[in-house]
Amino acid sequence: MNNLYLNKLSLVQFKNYQEASLAFSPKINCFVGDNGVGKTNLLDAIHYLSLTKSFFNNIDQQNILHGKDFFVLQGEFVKKGHSEKVFCSVRQNKKKIFKRNNKDYERFADHIGLFPVVMISPADSSLILEGSEQRRRFMDTVISLYNKQYLHALIRYNRALLQRNKLLKQFEFKRENFYDELELWDTQLVVPGNEIYQKRKEFIEKVIPVFQQYYNTISEEKEKVGLEYRSQLHESNFETLLVTNRDKDRVMQFSTVGVHKDDLMMSLNDHPLKKTGSQGQQKTFLVALKFAKFGFIRDLTHTKPILLLDDIFDKFDAHRVSQIIRMVAQNEFGQIFITDTQLEHLENILQELDTDYKVFKINEEIKTVIPGGET
Amino acid sequence: MSHFPSKLLEEAVEAFAGLPGIGKKTAFRLVMFLLRQDQDVVEHFGQTIIRLKKEIRYCRSCNNISDKEICDICANKHRNHSLVCVVESPQDVMAIENTGQYHGIYHVLGGLISPVDGIGPNDLVTAPLEEKINKGEVKEIILALSTTMEGDTTNFYLFRKFKDTPVKITTLARGVSVGGELEYADEVTLGRSIANRTLFEDTFTL
Ligand SMILES: [Zn+2]
Repeated sequence: MNNLYLNKLSLVQFKNYQEASLAFSPKINCFVGDNGVGKTNLLDAIHYLSLTKSFFNNIDQQNILHGKDFFVLQGEFVKKGHSEKVFCSVRQNKKKIFKRNNKDYERFADHIGLFPVVMISPADSSLILEGSEQRRRFMDTVISLYNKQYLHALIRYNRALLQRNKLLKQFEFKRENFYDELELWDTQLVVPGNEIYQKRKEFIEKVIPVFQQYYNTISEEKEKVGLEYRSQLHESNFETLLVTNRDKDRVMQFSTVGVHKDDLMMSLNDHPLKKTGSQGQQKTFLVALKFAKFGFIRDLTHTKPILLLDDIFDKFDAHRVSQIIRMVAQNEFGQIFITDTQLEHLENILQELDTDYKVFKINEEIKTVIPGGET
Repeated sequence: MSHFPSKLLEEAVEAFAGLPGIGKKTAFRLVMFLLRQDQDVVEHFGQTIIRLKKEIRYCRSCNNISDKEICDICANKHRNHSLVCVVESPQDVMAIENTGQYHGIYHVLGGLISPVDGIGPNDLVTAPLEEKINKGEVKEIILALSTTMEGDTTNFYLFRKFKDTPVKITTLARGVSVGGELEYADEVTLGRSIANRTLFEDTFTL
């Protein structure tokens, strides 16, 4: 297992930070401060350096400090004992620059997976509350981390889908040989579609046992969690589905079958989580699912991802919080960043554990970060 | 740059700015340059463009751009008329000709199937190629379209159309960086990928 941690981080004009430089503990780091003070922005900076983009806002320029025209993030990771410098800068109306050890990347995708992070955030609730697109994206981001072929299949699938849907809207103008032309795009959909289906199926099968285990550890209960991959491709092969749904597609003017309709069913003791789960149960479900993602990436990359826990203790009682902290302080986890509003909360637990940690008090005058606490 | 001292100037700038890759500033620079030239230079420039559109033809045999009814390549008896390389555009013909390694003839489709761009199979020029194939003049067609999804789809369309004829259907060797467009591949790799072409069926998996 490769050891990985972020040793230093510096920010210039990133989100609400004018300028800040921080040096971290290789184990647990806590950002403590009031709401809205910018704790989460520090986690997002780490997310940027790992995945070349923000966890929250896909438009790079919107992460620049208000009124300024650029931001710079620099991080020094330590991986397998070697120092690795990562640099990211975004300027108004310019292309993003991303470097590792002073070398530009030709393709940002080549960076992803080198310094893995997993973010657990209140925004994860969209996985339960929002539409199926969020749940497909959850599968897709994890799978494409280790399978570049998969990303390629997704791109091809989406392009073929776009073309096929466009064609379905043109039926009125070209009735003649319409189905012949449609079949051309069916062929282009089927190959990447089958590949996506296969990979999603394998992924969910592998993730379920790990997920159940984490859920049990956190909840200390024997509730049965369910994660079921739903796909129209379970019923019959994709090519046949496309042919049998042709007339329907023509009337609807879009493609009604395919992996773009896939979903994940989440349940608790065989009941749908969205309807029956309490807030605490839903939160535990999401945290366990993210830990399962963590385990999955760790085993694949042979690297313990850096864990970013944003405001995770908000809806948990003190007991469950200590349960989670105890769990992540163990050796199967690597470096951890935690944000919280109260210091006592965390510090009581941390002091009990025999582990290295560092606390950063982030004050209202966010221009500076004061390192506090003992190491 | 919204207050032009002359309507004629403004119209000329608008015309240049309508060209791909030309912004308002560049358009203004080009127009001012032309304005400073001698009368006959500018007249020649204008005439060249008018004649280009008026007099240019498309070869009746291969659909490539030509000055005559039949282009020089199609009219050349020394070329192998039983070998036809199918490409998207005249630029692709120029790229392959630059390799100096291809001695067959061409067929220019004039586009790729792409509903997003409003192009369907009926918008492609295929009639002269079909005619040649039906007359039994063609032994092999080489599909040399871009490696985009639209290129692949068009390849597949042509394959389906001609698979029941005795014509051998091949495609450029893959793994060669044809990029999005043939015109940008370097001559050596392009030449090699034509020489190492493979049967289309072998590259196609379902
Ligand atoms: Zn010709």
